[in-house]
Amino acid sequence: MSILVTSKTQVLVQGITGEFGARHTRLSLDYGTKIVAGVTPGKGGQFFEHKKHRVPIFNTVADAVAATGATASAVFVPPAFAADAILEGVANKLELVVAITEGIPVRDMIRVKRAMAGSATRLIGPNCPGIVTPGKGKNSRGGCRIGISPGYIHKKGSVGIVSRSGTLTYEAVWQVTCKGLGQSTCVGIGGDPVPGLSHLDIIKLFAADRNTKGIILIGEIGGTAEVEAARWIKEHCAKPVAGFIAGATAPKGRRMGHAGAVIGGKEDTAAAKIAIFKECGIEVAATPSDMADALLRAAQAKGVSLE
Amino acid sequence: MNIHEYQAKALLEKFGVAVPKGVAARSPAEFEPALAQFPEGPVVVKAQLHAGGRGKGTFTDGFKGGVKIAQTKAEALEYAKRMFGNTLVTVQTGPAGRKVQTIYFTVPCQIEKEYYLAILLDRVTSRPVLVASTEGGVEIEAVAANTPEKIFKIHVDPAVGLQAYQARQLAFQLGLTGDYFKNAVKLINALYRAWWESDATMVEINPLIATAGGGILALDAKVALDDNALFRHPDLEALRDLNEEDPKETEAAKYSLNYIALDGNIACLVNGAGLAMSTMDIIKHYGGNPANFLDVGGGASKEQVQAAFKIILTDPQVKGILVNIFGGIMDCNTIAQGVAAAARETGLSLPLVVRLEGNNVAAGKQTLAESGLKIESADSMADAAQKIVKLVAA
Repeated sequence: MSILVTSKTQVLVQGITGEFGARHTRLSLDYGTKIVAGVTPGKGGQFFEHKKHRVPIFNTVADAVAATGATASAVFVPPAFAADAILEGVANKLELVVAITEGIPVRDMIRVKRAMAGSATRLIGPNCPGIVTPGKGKNSRGGCRIGISPGYIHKKGSVGIVSRSGTLTYEAVWQVTCKGLGQSTCVGIGGDPVPGLSHLDIIKLFAADRNTKGIILIGEIGGTAEVEAARWIKEHCAKPVAGFIAGATAPKGRRMGHAGAVIGGKEDTAAAKIAIFKECGIEVAATPSDMADALLRAAQAKGVSLE
Repeated sequence: MNIHEYQAKALLEKFGVAVPKGVAARSPAEFEPALAQFPEGPVVVKAQLHAGGRGKGTFTDGFKGGVKIAQTKAEALEYAKRMFGNTLVTVQTGPAGRKVQTIYFTVPCQIEKEYYLAILLDRVTSRPVLVASTEGGVEIEAVAANTPEKIFKIHVDPAVGLQAYQARQLAFQLGLTGDYFKNAVKLINALYRAWWESDATMVEINPLIATAGGGILALDAKVALDDNALFRHPDLEALRDLNEEDPKETEAAKYSLNYIALDGNIACLVNGAGLAMSTMDIIKHYGGNPANFLDVGGGASKEQVQAAFKIILTDPQVKGILVNIFGGIMDCNTIAQGVAAAARETGLSLPLVVRLEGNNVAAGKQTLAESGLKIESADSMADAAQKIVKLVAA
């Protein structure tokens, strides 16, 4: 099965006519994603055309939802306006908003998160590659791809992957696919210090998903979200979990690309997180090349098959 | 983005935070006009760097101390001349130290007590948090470790901002009464406004001081600004001091490359921050030492790859290069062409290991093999790291 999105999920794209949004809308359509609407203020009434697809564009999320019943959004809106786009999705009671945008001011996200309190809408990101539930077709087509991940590296299967990173996630996905296994859903929660869903939020969903049999948790320096997830896993998750933390060699205090990848104190270094992972029974990948193997070790130790 | 103490104080003062009077001098010609603004008598002379520990630091010519209390203006002038253009080494600058290009003169203050006050993002709650302590003038991490009960925290609800009762609570927790209490509340409110409206990631006042007669002042101020918000603060962006930044990092930013210099000898070129961090990690794992963090981002055009190569090669410590690209949407062959062109253009003679994975990888590998250049291909990250470490050690 999957979490959050399935091959049937109907998606609207905010920022569909921008170069970045357009490119990834085309790729998602090729993948089989049900993109049913686009939103670009001022371009309502126009159509986004790609091969045999003709996606209607609306001025507002409200119009798009009323016309198409879309329940999820991809936000490909520039940083100065992205928080506003997220709030528009939340206000229209979308089930899921996936904010791809990198560079949103922290203050804007502090306000977004506060505004979302009590809302049923789930936010993934920002500054994230998005979410993929692989399909049954060739190169995993027929699934749902919201964001910028390469579809073809995925394979339908039972491994759940949650990560702050983009290309490092693709690395894990590809390792799993190359072993002949596959993924249930892959979620990139993004590299910013104020994210929507956390590692723990996603882990809980994987734990409850009957078709996710093993989990890979990829984290990095900065903040303590991975620790929170690890502690919950120890108490509540029987499924095999492998983990990797990037940034063991990162110097303190420097922002390593991701706005959230800054070591603040002793607890948010890679070493501290790795130690806690081990305490919590998470099989730690010694290197980024070892992520799929680490999960296989964890699965073997629990007598679980990931096939 | 970091700013200097004198800039931080000027910024905070605009919001109504009480700071001791100070004047900055950006060249020796400015020393006397700056000092003319002070009465005859003691003046504090402070070297300006984006680094702490200046007071206990030592200049490379042996002169001790980046913060000096001069007894007369003439002595202040002498200290300023000794410090300006000199290289100061502190616990935070690294052993090479950094050149001092601005001097800040301030009035000395009679310190009755030192406190600590900071505002930052609490990543657990995604809310602003004010952190205060009765133990000022020392490392807050030590206080947190030894006497955590002396640290007080207030979380702000972003829907309503800092409330008056919260500022009062903090001032009472610091044990303040009378005018001290009133001035502390005023300062706390002003500091929060400064933090929020400037899009700061952190504002740290250490020490916050009580002075005779009820005064509460920020004796030192450290402000870090959210890079993501600078687009809406051109006046703050203008405070950037390129002298405090590694020129390679500044150059990289021009090409939308994210580059951070480290002290090893194996350079990396990677797409994606997480992958770039873990590339540094795996190099270390196999016994090597990364020379840099470099994220070419999602685009990684031929021009960016070439610019990245040139920047990497300006680092004299680099003895080998590892390129690790996971071409998602990106075509591996495009990257391979960029790498080959860059290697050719720079006349690269150092060991170069390229690991490509993803879209069109076969064509990419072929391009490298046919380039006529000495480029070693690798399959996995482990393979790539082991290869480059071995080649550099040879």
